[in-house]
Amino acid sequence: MNRYKLRIIKDQIMKILVYSALFIALIPLFSVLYEVILRGIFVINIDFFIKPTPSIGETGGGIANAIQGTIITIGLASLMGVPIGLMSGIFLSEYSETKLSLVIRFFNDVLSGIPSIIIGVFAYALIVRSIGFSVIASAFALSIIMIPIITRSSEEALKLVPMSIREAAIALGIPKWKIIITIVLNSAKKAIITGILLSLARIAGESAPVLVTMGYWRWWFTGLNKPVANLALNIFVFATSPFESWIALAWGSALVLILFILGISIAVRFFTRGKY
Amino acid sequence: MAPKLEIENLNAWFNSKQVLKNISMKIEEKAVTAIIGPSGCGKTTFIRCLNRMHELVPGARVSGKVLFNGVDIYDNSIDPVLIRRKIGMVFQKPNPFPMMSIYDNVAVGLRLNGIRDKRIIDRIVRRSLELANLWDEVKDDLNKSGASLSGGQQQRLCIARALAIEPEVLLMDEPCSALDPIATTKIEALIRKLAESYTIIIVTHNMQQAARVSDFTAFLYLGELIEYGPTKQIFENPKNELTKRYITGKFG
Repeated sequence: MNRYKLRIIKDQIMKILVYSALFIALIPLFSVLYEVILRGIFVINIDFFIKPTPSIGETGGGIANAIQGTIITIGLASLMGVPIGLMSGIFLSEYSETKLSLVIRFFNDVLSGIPSIIIGVFAYALIVRSIGFSVIASAFALSIIMIPIITRSSEEALKLVPMSIREAAIALGIPKWKIIITIVLNSAKKAIITGILLSLARIAGESAPVLVTMGYWRWWFTGLNKPVANLALNIFVFATSPFESWIALAWGSALVLILFILGISIAVRFFTRGKY
Repeated sequence: MAPKLEIENLNAWFNSKQVLKNISMKIEEKAVTAIIGPSGCGKTTFIRCLNRMHELVPGARVSGKVLFNGVDIYDNSIDPVLIRRKIGMVFQKPNPFPMMSIYDNVAVGLRLNGIRDKRIIDRIVRRSLELANLWDEVKDDLNKSGASLSGGQQQRLCIARALAIEPEVLLMDEPCSALDPIATTKIEALIRKLAESYTIIIVTHNMQQAARVSDFTAFLYLGELIEYGPTKQIFENPKNELTKRYITGKFG
């Protein structure tokens, strides 16, 4: 009986430890959210979404140009990163009988561990030095961050497609490439889209490679070989400025960026719902 | 009748393990040939050699000849993809494409083999589902998911899918082993019906089933063809002692 009581006490202690660890882990998350929502919500109004960055010291203004710039940058990065990442994932999952795929998988993992500032400097050396600070250089750097994430997640997603489904298609006399693009990709599409969305969430908040390849830009989009504004950099510049109204804009930008990433997470939930 | 398939000295390996040993036999056209034998004797490997599915497994190897209408399907000039359109397959577990409707499950083989005309596809889908004795049960639900059907219906859907591309031979790998007795009865009746126009090779571990549906029976044991002949003779008057012991349930 004594042993039994001891066991119950141990069980309770364990429970308390686990719950308090969870509570401690959630404190920073909720305090950040609380602070950002409380301070950002009052900055957000129509003007905030339709007006560009104000001139130095000017009050009012918004982040419309930063939203535009961020969307253009992420869009361009996706145009480069999604096809290459997805194709690499298909190679690793569907054509991986060779030693080459082991090497590729290893370097892909290495690539996903490289600090983003180094990727930024790489893009600087490769593109900025020839055509200058530009949205193309930033998108290039961000696409390199996307590629390993998408490659890995698509490979895993494709490997989960059961052999029985592939065999059913093979037995119908369908060529391999057609089986991959219609039946296998179709079965794995939810998981693949989830991986792409997660990589988008990751690059939406990247600031270091953007800073190195584009710098800070206060205006609208003027061309692919010119910089564009960026939400993450906006937060940095506004928050460290001496002007009250700019600091307010930084809180607003932070809220918009968090909501954007939250939106992506909800989309991920949506695409993965109903999965076993 | 000319044989549809002539198998000559067929050997198959998984890495260094030989699973089929020097098998030679002739498969009659428009008849049901059953392959029986205890688990692990190479039944499934044998029929997977007949549509070149065996070689897809890493480490798998085949030697020997399989003449299909007189042409060796293992000849270097033969594209295995084209062979599989002529020699269809139904698997042990029903495996309809889960993300496709009933209609698309049957139509996919046609579409991916280049047929575009909607009317032709409509007609073949209907004909295949009728052949598979499934049309009356699903004609109002063609847009429902194939996975929503019962196990037996799914298996008949898989048969319809295989029939849609108009194969000449249908390989069936224990098609009833995952099904209940009523669904099994339906599939067996279907097999007899299909034998009027197709050459069918069925792997089964159920000897009663082999006796009920097949015209010819081959007994495999440890990768070797022990006895092959008309089903009636194999079951009533086996020549080989091993066959006799297997069909009377003495081992297996």
